[in-house]
Amino acid sequence: MTDNFLDYQLMTEDQQSLVDMIHEFMSKEMPQELVEKNDREGHFSMDVAKKLGEMGFYAMDVPEQYGGAGFDCVTICLIREALGYYCGGFANSFVGQSFGYKPLLLAGTEEQKMEYGQRLANGEFWATALTEPQGGSDAVNTRTKAVKDGDDYIINGNKCFVTNGGISNLYTVSAVTGETNLRGEGISLFIVERDFPGVSMGKHEDKMGIRASNTTELTLQDVRVPAKNLIGPVNTGYQTMMKMLARTRPTGCAPALGIARRAIDLAIDYSRQRITFGKPIGKHQGIQFKLADMAIRLQTARNQMIYNATLVDQGVYDTVVGSITKAYASEAAFQICVDAQQIFAGYGYSKEYPLEKLVRDARIYSIFEGPNEVQRWIIGNRLVGKIKK
Amino acid sequence: MNILVCVKQVPDTMEIKIDPVTNTLIRDGVPSIVNPFDSYALELAARIKDETGGKITVVCMGPKQAEAALKECLAVGGDKAYLVTDRAFGGSDTLATSYILSCTVQYLEELSGEKFDIIFCGKQAIDGDTGQVGSEMAEHIGLPQITCIQDIKVEGDKIVVRQEMDEGYNVLETKLPAVVSVTKTPYEPRYPTVKAKLAANRAQITHITTAELTNLTVERTGLKGSPTKVKKTFTPQRKGGGTIIQEDAPADSAVKLVALMSGAALI
Repeated sequence: MTDNFLDYQLMTEDQQSLVDMIHEFMSKEMPQELVEKNDREGHFSMDVAKKLGEMGFYAMDVPEQYGGAGFDCVTICLIREALGYYCGGFANSFVGQSFGYKPLLLAGTEEQKMEYGQRLANGEFWATALTEPQGGSDAVNTRTKAVKDGDDYIINGNKCFVTNGGISNLYTVSAVTGETNLRGEGISLFIVERDFPGVSMGKHEDKMGIRASNTTELTLQDVRVPAKNLIGPVNTGYQTMMKMLARTRPTGCAPALGIARRAIDLAIDYSRQRITFGKPIGKHQGIQFKLADMAIRLQTARNQMIYNATLVDQGVYDTVVGSITKAYASEAAFQICVDAQQIFAGYGYSKEYPLEKLVRDARIYSIFEGPNEVQRWIIGNRLVGKIKK
Repeated sequence: MNILVCVKQVPDTMEIKIDPVTNTLIRDGVPSIVNPFDSYALELAARIKDETGGKITVVCMGPKQAEAALKECLAVGGDKAYLVTDRAFGGSDTLATSYILSCTVQYLEELSGEKFDIIFCGKQAIDGDTGQVGSEMAEHIGLPQITCIQDIKVEGDKIVVRQEMDEGYNVLETKLPAVVSVTKTPYEPRYPTVKAKLAANRAQITHITTAELTNLTVERTGLKGSPTKVKKTFTPQRKGGGTIIQEDAPADSAVKLVALMSGAALI
């Protein structure tokens, strides 16, 4: 890594140690050949994840009293960014290990937080299954249904694009339990175990990027789920998820900034080596301006991410700030990668070089967890507000 | 087992670049690391601790910044860490360093009222490459020593070690207490855990100075106590690429070598 002003200046000693641990580990355990192989084969390196977990990086956001590492949001952003530097796909699946737990932090019971917190600390993966073939952000369009039957619910439906769908033991599943409306009421969240009868995983998604991340469909056919597996009060699942997403926006985009940092480092190295018209291309103003724009984008995106994470750590969960972070950081990261690819020119388009993968990996961040159009809609709506007739 | 591991903080030679104009090492901004052979020594010690229990004390001689190296060791198996530091020790060569460390061993043993069973060192530091401190320390203290070990096993009151040789290895044993120096082991040094790393960040590193080492003769330390004098430091001229001949059988290599040398009219 280039040791320069692009490094964070404000990390605590502990944060610096954790980031150093990730760099030391990933540079040894996730060499470029493995990254490329996993990218080709769409494979998640569970053995590498397990080692990271044994070091204490599982259950990162599960509070210590429930068995987790209990890092704050800023620290998690820094760790995730460091992971993203090596492989966006691996980072996505690894940090998704505890994704399904997050709604518990907002709406779960003490017993749930304790039981499942410890299971995550022991290395189980917990996916979140919200998106369905006909609707993602449009949650009102949820078709998966949960029908009360005695002390249980019977769930039927299909979920898609489930991150870690194929490697998880636990799923947080959204399902319609009542009358739905535009405020998202009528949807509930359930904890579903992989070995509940009727749960099956579909095909592994053949994605453009973050291919080392596991993504599958999830089918629920007459799955009997005990009512105690409900997260929060019935019919309030959508609100819980929205509140949760306001908390997870900064951490969600953190790996993208790791990808972008890698692109910048590679572009700087290349622009020092590649000679055209008698000098290194980095000495041509056109390339310098491009590198400068990349650095501006990275630093401002990180500032926004850390600002947002700091708010979260202070208990301020603002959906609009989260949407701004998500939209800005994802677009900054993608543009940085495309610019780096341009600096590499033909080599940037070749699979022999790492740039094209970075571009493919960075592409997802403006699409998943609510495409940026939805983020802008949220931001615009808040700006204009209610207008009295 | 009561184990002592001696470590040194060295510049990370992987990160050192050479100034193309002056041909000297660029030391600015070069990160410091625990000498790799010392990390292997600590890993062997930690494996003994995993198996038989006990505690690991880590000692480092150097300036205050070497506390960072000790903290790294505390994160991967060390229980207690001491920095041996004093202005008087500056400029110590291997003889003076090994003398200071032997006095430190005596001091720590008196402090705890407990002798060390095994004293581990790396076989050499990657900055000075002298490889003398461990052996000299054993002589100062009067303990048996085995150098360049790759692996170790404790069996009752003795150790059985595997010693690296140019070709193959020796299996040796000695009674405890003993001093061993460690080369590259079959085991990679373990990664720290998050908990151990963060605890190490908060650890207080105790300093040992001439004030504590009352058994030490100051004249035998530092520049005064160092018979080694550095006359000149320079970067040797780079040699050409050379040719490596490595056929499957040594005889084939010899034939190829003779052919090559005859062709170049050298023989």
